[in-house]
Amino acid sequence: MKKNIIAMLLAGGQGSRLKKLTEKIAKPAVSFGGKYRIIDFTLSNCSNSGIDTVGVLTQYEPHILNEHIGSGSPWDLDRMNGGVTVLQPHTKKNDGGGWYKGTANAIYQNISFIDKYEPEHVLILSGDHIYKMDYDKMLKFHIEKDADATIGVFNVPLKDAPSFGIMNTNEDYSIYEFEEKPKEPKSTLASMGIYIFKWSVLKKYLIEDEQDSTSSNDFGKNIIPNLLNDKMKLFAYPFEGYWKDVGTIDSFWEAHMDLLKEDNELNLFDKSWKINTRQGVYPPLYVSDEARVINSLVEKGCEIEGEVKNSIIFPGVKIGKNSKIFNSVIMPNTTIEENVIINKAILAEDVVIEKNTVVGDNEEIVVIGAGEIIKSNAVK
Amino acid sequence: MINNYMAIIFLDESLDNIRSLTKMRPLASVPAGGTYRIIDFALSNLVNAGIRNVGIFAGNEDLNSLTDHIGRGAEWDLDRKKDGIFMFKQMADSSYTTNIKRVKKNMEYFFRSKQENVVVLSSHMVCNLDVKDVIKHHEESGRDITLVYKKVNNANERFDNCDSVKIGENNEVLGIGQNLFFKKDENISMEAFIMSKELLIKMICDGIQEGVYYTVRDLVTRNVGRVSINGYEFKGYLSCVNSTKEYFDFNMDLLKKEVREDIFIKERSIYTKTKDTPPSLFKEGAEVNNSLIANGCILGGNVKNSILARGAVVEAGAEVENCILLQDCVVKSGAVLKNIIVDKNNVINSNEKLSASRNYPLVIEKSIKWDDKQYKNLLAYLEGANK
Repeated sequence: MKKNIIAMLLAGGQGSRLKKLTEKIAKPAVSFGGKYRIIDFTLSNCSNSGIDTVGVLTQYEPHILNEHIGSGSPWDLDRMNGGVTVLQPHTKKNDGGGWYKGTANAIYQNISFIDKYEPEHVLILSGDHIYKMDYDKMLKFHIEKDADATIGVFNVPLKDAPSFGIMNTNEDYSIYEFEEKPKEPKSTLASMGIYIFKWSVLKKYLIEDEQDSTSSNDFGKNIIPNLLNDKMKLFAYPFEGYWKDVGTIDSFWEAHMDLLKEDNELNLFDKSWKINTRQGVYPPLYVSDEARVINSLVEKGCEIEGEVKNSIIFPGVKIGKNSKIFNSVIMPNTTIEENVIINKAILAEDVVIEKNTVVGDNEEIVVIGAGEIIKSNAVK
Repeated sequence: MINNYMAIIFLDESLDNIRSLTKMRPLASVPAGGTYRIIDFALSNLVNAGIRNVGIFAGNEDLNSLTDHIGRGAEWDLDRKKDGIFMFKQMADSSYTTNIKRVKKNMEYFFRSKQENVVVLSSHMVCNLDVKDVIKHHEESGRDITLVYKKVNNANERFDNCDSVKIGENNEVLGIGQNLFFKKDENISMEAFIMSKELLIKMICDGIQEGVYYTVRDLVTRNVGRVSINGYEFKGYLSCVNSTKEYFDFNMDLLKKEVREDIFIKERSIYTKTKDTPPSLFKEGAEVNNSLIANGCILGGNVKNSILARGAVVEAGAEVENCILLQDCVVKSGAVLKNIIVDKNNVINSNEKLSASRNYPLVIEKSIKWDDKQYKNLLAYLEGANK
């Protein structure tokens, strides 16, 4: 059972900044990119990196997420030894149990799960970022540096740095300081929330942190600063490529528009790093004689009779005659009747937009929640 | 009720008129309709009725493509400990020969399966058939065998090489003959039957004793008059994919709304092996009309009245009309294709112009271009190693 590395994926977040999109669904399970869910990117990264044991920590509205993960077969994570395990908050003998208090507490509560695999290293991930990354390369870096902890960092523009946790490093990427949202950042290396720890070290710090009643039991706020205070060996691992936190409506919409750019860095068509997902059963997409589809991604099961431009259309969407969809994200099984204009909107699953309706005016992003029905002649 | 039914799918169709697509695969695994293989329809029909034990009876064809497609049967929910999917070689053959080994294998499968009744389907009869309803009518009729047929009014144009059925009072089958291809109205046999396992085994034994081994289709024909046969009329869309022309027509039929609505019903989905291809990308300048597009396509040119399988690429400036492009085909800029079936992995070079007639669609056969490059590399390596 002994594993060199296992991954722990934090997927319990409510994601309240995604508003209507996360009313009944955990953020990592929100639909993304025409057929995927946000968590597919991290799970696919794990399997593409050769990591075959992944614990997924769920908490908020887990049903859709649990169903999506299932046995893990879409990611080849249905292994006899390891594979994917969903770890929900649970009760221990006589302690009444409790919710995960913070990211560090969530891992603390699952120490026995990790110990079962006796791993040398543990990879901590967030389930709400869109990126393709080879964790095996990061592990190699971590081992070469003999680091106690290695933190994935992304070079952000200086103006954005104050909204991230910033790692200040020496030339060899050893970290001497961590600043949470600094007003005057000394560097632009932002933490991606991706950590590799030596398990022996992390376990000790998790247990100590749990005993500290003033702690907020969080990796960024507590564990990393404590390691730095104790002069442990921390390194930053710079990641290059596309990475996006899709935690807000704006960034979620932007990430979709990024997919439509010519030669975009995420490149879903790259066969050497496929993103896997659990799929529904749909026939191929039908584009009618009246339809016009340009600069858009459209998934199977759709029937397009109108115009679609700069948009991402998920499976099973019907778009009626004379309807125009611009700059929008339309999630699965939504029906758009005839003579509808949609401009700069995000429509969640199973929405119905009745005929002769206008949604969005290319200014603010309009969000329509799952299952909503917008009546004929409405303007939204 | 359903628990007492097993099924077999026969791959005994004649391949004479569809050679170019079946050179390296059985007809059952010829890709069609963008994401499907021919056998997906028969398999889905069985699974949608709740049947959990399916045997595929193949002949002598190269089964690599079919076994790769079906795998453990997970996509059809047939990856089961109890029953599931079974593939048998040398069990179906259109030649009338006795082969005792074949018969022994038949018997073993039938005796090991605990179900008492058998549904028999032919993979090249493509349709969305409610098998549960056929079973219900079979049981209600009280007859020995149920045969499924369709009343067609174009038997002079399609359904060549099919059986025609004479139906009497109370849906009784009075005779089974051949479609002579000059009458418009015919009852076309869908080569789909329901009977008890016992009767099927008895008919096989009788066939052996008389010195010949027949396919189920022929066994039923021989037994008209000896056993009672119930006719079940199927009213949905049917295509018998037994020639290149029929293959082309079936694909083109899917561009009709009423055919799609008949074949792709939500309650009885057609399942197929899924791949993790991204959604299809329609680029700036793409002009796509009346077409069925699978996942992972990249479209920059003009596509009209066509069926594109996964990963097909039509570059800007290319024109594709009335075509079937199979998996990973690339049509380079400036190329023009009309009434062409392009098999997997082919690249149509820039400015090439290929045109055929609708009645005689041209097949560009499957490319094996991977091996010339790999062989060249291997040769270079071997020559380097010898120095």
